[in-house]
Amino acid sequence: MKNRLKVLRAERNWTQAKLASELEVSRQTVNAIEKEKFDPSLPLAFKAARLFGLSIEDIFQDEAQS
Amino acid sequence: MDDSKTRSADWAATAKRNTVRLGYWTFAWVATMAVATFGPKYVWDFATLPTILAVLVNLGMGFGMIVANNRYLQGLDELHKKIFLDAGAFTLGVGLVCGLSYELLENIKLISFEPEISHLVMLMSLAFLAGLIFGHRKYQ
Repeated sequence: MKNRLKVLRAERNWTQAKLASELEVSRQTVNAIEKEKFDPSLPLAFKAARLFGLSIEDIFQDEAQS
Repeated sequence: MDDSKTRSADWAATAKRNTVRLGYWTFAWVATMAVATFGPKYVWDFATLPTILAVLVNLGMGFGMIVANNRYLQGLDELHKKIFLDAGAFTLGVGLVCGLSYELLENIKLISFEPEISHLVMLMSLAFLAGLIFGHRKYQ
């Protein structure tokens, strides 16, 4: 699954640690999601969407559809 | 934002507390296992009551460790939970396959000694450690 987490984070000048803290996960988890090695659960995707004020589809894209 | 900072701090503090608590329970279980193992021989000369008490205390610590381990697992974030569960599944497979094969080796007289459960525990510990290392490297 593709995502724009890294871009959205960079736009806010946030470190991975800061984003991890906001999402209540570890920095390694944020790194793995940004590198598209790990797909987040739906609750975590919703949390990220709420944090950035966007919809889930604005952050995460299904590779099969892109 | 302040609220989310508080929640983040809470989450990190809870994860740390769960890890420390699991460490204490594991230490207590290992220590009481040592008492139950060596106490009868070296301390109370196989007297029944202290031996039963030592075994019961060890069992209690063991159940406490299981609960602490479960709480630790529930407190992990989703990636670490996945790494932990993958390593657990690998360990279960290794334990089952190698444990039964080990027993079979003795049954069919390919080894002359009695298989020891401690060998299986050591193998499972190494398998779990390898699973954790592999998982962490995979998601680095």
